[in-house]
Amino acid sequence: MYTQALDIPQQNVDKAPRAVENPAYQAEFDAKIDAGGYIEAKDWMPEAYRKTLVRQISQHAHSEIVGMLPEGNWITRAPTLKRKAILLAKVQDEGGHGLYLYAAAETLGVSRDELLDALHTGKAKYSSIFNYPTLTWADIGVIGWLVDGAAIMNQIPLCKCSYGPYARAMVRICKEESFHQRQGYDLLLAMMKGTDEQREMVQDAVNRWWWPSIMMFGPHDKDSPNSAQSSRWGIKRISNDDLRQKFIDATVEQAKVLGVTMPDPELKWNAERGHHDYGAIDWDEFWNVVNGHGQGNVDRLAARVKAWEDGAWVREAALEHERKRAAREHRAA
Amino acid sequence: MERKEWPLWEVFVRSRNGLDHKHCGSVHAPDAKLALQVARDVYTRRQEGVSIWVVQADHIVASDPDAKPELFDPAEDKIYRHPTFYQLPDEVNHM
Repeated sequence: MYTQALDIPQQNVDKAPRAVENPAYQAEFDAKIDAGGYIEAKDWMPEAYRKTLVRQISQHAHSEIVGMLPEGNWITRAPTLKRKAILLAKVQDEGGHGLYLYAAAETLGVSRDELLDALHTGKAKYSSIFNYPTLTWADIGVIGWLVDGAAIMNQIPLCKCSYGPYARAMVRICKEESFHQRQGYDLLLAMMKGTDEQREMVQDAVNRWWWPSIMMFGPHDKDSPNSAQSSRWGIKRISNDDLRQKFIDATVEQAKVLGVTMPDPELKWNAERGHHDYGAIDWDEFWNVVNGHGQGNVDRLAARVKAWEDGAWVREAALEHERKRAAREHRAA
Repeated sequence: MERKEWPLWEVFVRSRNGLDHKHCGSVHAPDAKLALQVARDVYTRRQEGVSIWVVQADHIVASDPDAKPELFDPAEDKIYRHPTFYQLPDEVNHM
């Protein structure tokens, strides 16, 4: 999966939490959160909490199913049958992750069609990472290693988020995500043992995906306006910058083993901090892609809308088939 | 208005014989047969189950969360229902 920028604001969302509707319920809710407990679907919750979750879980679900597109493109071009079977399984997982998450969002009283409509009309966001093109086979490996790797860092804390259905979906997702990262790294190891041209291909893919991957953790903490509220609600457990640092520290060693370098001359170990320092992130580019400028966004959305519209007759026919069967059964009874 | 969205089904999976079916999520499907098929694809891609139940979500009757106190609190002061309530002599306390 690919949660990035979970606190990116979206249109039509209340900026400020609404006034407390019921102080007694609110107190009970706060106490549950403070005790590290879970909120379940039918429990009372503040409207702003519900809205934040719908936005975050649906953004996350959208990212999963849009994420199927750049990788799906490579299924027919996988170099071996083994790699093709692996990629098919991975893309199927992404679809599955989207479905777990839509189901979790639906427990909050929104319909799946509503959520998909928001995606297709551009009202809802998805992870901007998928608006970058996948140019070579090495991109498939780097997406698994870096993009899924960053996603795992982002997602593990969500397994303990305060909303039960979301937390349970995340437990399931995180288990499967580990396969995604490892198969990517394994693919790259195989390429690094190949020709000079293949090794260059891997380095080129790393050069293109490194910065977008570390941008997946979202804006710096000081520029992340929704984080404090999300932490208070137990939705966000670890800050953007802390997760990013953890990811960078873990990845540097993996790059060494693989034999590639990161495209950041300022990336180096800082013994005093006990962490790696890294260069400045180009946030203008990040916001540009998040806000939907660029060919990638147009292509991805067009592919989604086409799939949805081309499948409409199947959805209708299946419903009609069931309606007729039920009517026959009714007559026979 | 014509309903266009496939109905919602809750999915319960028995992970192996000897264990209960456990709720694991939900799917949309037009009918029972496809609900099972979709549940298999979505929730058992890695041998997570040996048996699946699906039930249309609006057929489930659930207790009201607001009724939690009257439903569940009365059991709170009946600690004599638990074996640990009874302190027996040390020699026989493993009973």
